[in-house]
Amino acid sequence: MTSADPHILFEDVSVGYGDRLVQRDLNFSIGRSEIFAIMGPSGCGKSTLMRGAIGLLKPFTGRILYAEESFWDADRERQQILMRSFGVMYQNGALWSSMSLAENIMLPLTEFTGMPGDHAMEIASLKLALVGLGGFEDYYPSEISGGMRKRAAIARAMALDPETLFLDEPSAGLDPISSRLLDELVVSLRDSLGTTVVIVSHELYSILGICDNSVFLDTETSTMLASGNPRLLRDECENRQVRQFLTRGGQ
Amino acid sequence: MSAAQLRLNHPEAGILQIQMSGSWTLASDLPSSNAVEQAVQGAQGLSRLCFETGNLENWDSGLVNVVYKLARHARHADVALDLSGLPKGVRDLLELAETVAPHQGSSEHHPDSAFFAEVGEEAVAFVRSVVDILRFVGGVAVSMGRMLTGRARYRASDLFVILQQVGAQALPIVSLISLLVGLILAFVGAVQLEQFGGDIYIANLVGLGMVRDMGAMMTGVIMAGRTGAAYAAEIGTMTVNEEVDALRTMGISPIDFLVVPRILALMLMMPLLTLYADLMGILGGALVGTTLFDIGVYEYFRQTRSAIDLFDVFGGMFKGLIYGAIVAVSGCLRGMECGRSSSAVGTATTSAVVTGIVFIVVACAVLTIVYNVLDI
Repeated sequence: MTSADPHILFEDVSVGYGDRLVQRDLNFSIGRSEIFAIMGPSGCGKSTLMRGAIGLLKPFTGRILYAEESFWDADRERQQILMRSFGVMYQNGALWSSMSLAENIMLPLTEFTGMPGDHAMEIASLKLALVGLGGFEDYYPSEISGGMRKRAAIARAMALDPETLFLDEPSAGLDPISSRLLDELVVSLRDSLGTTVVIVSHELYSILGICDNSVFLDTETSTMLASGNPRLLRDECENRQVRQFLTRGGQ
Repeated sequence: MSAAQLRLNHPEAGILQIQMSGSWTLASDLPSSNAVEQAVQGAQGLSRLCFETGNLENWDSGLVNVVYKLARHARHADVALDLSGLPKGVRDLLELAETVAPHQGSSEHHPDSAFFAEVGEEAVAFVRSVVDILRFVGGVAVSMGRMLTGRARYRASDLFVILQQVGAQALPIVSLISLLVGLILAFVGAVQLEQFGGDIYIANLVGLGMVRDMGAMMTGVIMAGRTGAAYAAEIGTMTVNEEVDALRTMGISPIDFLVVPRILALMLMMPLLTLYADLMGILGGALVGTTLFDIGVYEYFRQTRSAIDLFDVFGGMFKGLIYGAIVAVSGCLRGMECGRSSSAVGTATTSAVVTGIVFIVVACAVLTIVYNVLDI
């Protein structure tokens, strides 16, 4: 299935580590300003695929195209420029623990835009306010709760107003209310800034609630079983496994 | 793309219209909003602030940031804010930024840095750290007792791996350093002894120097840098990853499981490494003596044997044992009291090496005096 305005296109992609193949023959596209879910059971290679997409792990075969430009065929310099248009939130936040929250966000800002420190500080405050952490500028990651770290990590991922935001398990380990607030945050970011959001997740509420499009990866066959709007997949997909996943094993 | 511009209009009395045009992005030079802030603060009878963005090209957080700042100013000055002239995305983001009230008390969060307050806090922290060290050493002693009576829970295979790491794998670096120290001692002594023809006493100097002090001391310093740092980094990382907490909740004492095998391994290996370092140092001295000062190999050997007796060797090995305990305890202690961040692991490692070396030198002084008094 292809979207009308594909922003990211996966063509025959296979990913894995060393000599272990994790996923193969992946063909799907992610439209501009779409909220896209990469879903599947634990250990199926969702995060591995994301590492391929953000330039940390070269796929075995196939191409990943950003606006028709193949990431892994580009030279090193061009890859750096493309990577700057990604914002990534890692599974455990990966906030730099020796820096305060504001400094975490200011680092990419001062590094890549050359803006003066006080201006970067204002932007950092704004980003923290956007994720509901206004007033926590001087806290260190070890001094705040797990849910707050997740939100701070999203604020850092958004620092440069990226075109594409990758979120690895954003709501894992959050209480239902924080998790809903996070979903709302993602939707309003997409609506206001037009960001393309790629979410790696197996949280059904989030997937069914906010995602426009998705791909389902399977562990046993090591490939994708379906792609499309998750709500339609739940009701209409012919594959039993996908339906079972999306209905928590019902039917 | 045209440059970002900001203009102020007064369409009606009491209304200030902010006209924004051009491209307002993070990467571009944004006009200062000071003029607006002054206008808001200085104006008499200003009741409403509105925006006009008809000629706005592209925008991102750069624009949102300026509007966010203005909104706060306007609220401060009790001026109504009319956001309807802004793009919908900007309005949404502003609303999002203001849904959660800013956290209060950030200023209390970091304690004030008045001179006397800091001195007081340092003093309190010092007392606390001494208490911590004593408590840790006490805990280790109790665990050691449990270990000797066979009631401590640890894995024997761990102990053997650690023994290999701190023993056999340290041989190359100990060889190199000890050999060089022997060479240096011989050279330094030879310059003086040569003046009154006592070349042969190089053997005494090097032999006694290595066996009584330098062998144990140099090995201790090497092990502080090598093993003490490794202990602190390893246990520190385990603390950060909550692995130590996992042991505790399973009812396994981290001191039994992590600390005691490490201390035991280093205390077993240090005397042996010291003996080895002594031999390498004497070899280094012999190299200088036989090649540069025409002393026969057998002569050098005999002179060395007559200079040192078994008590000297045991005394040095006992020092090695003490240094081993110091290095291992400081490494494990710093690792266990490591904070919860990656920089804390670095601090713990540095502190382990510094503590280890300082206490080695202190212990050396104390032991030398004790040996002297006891006439060993």
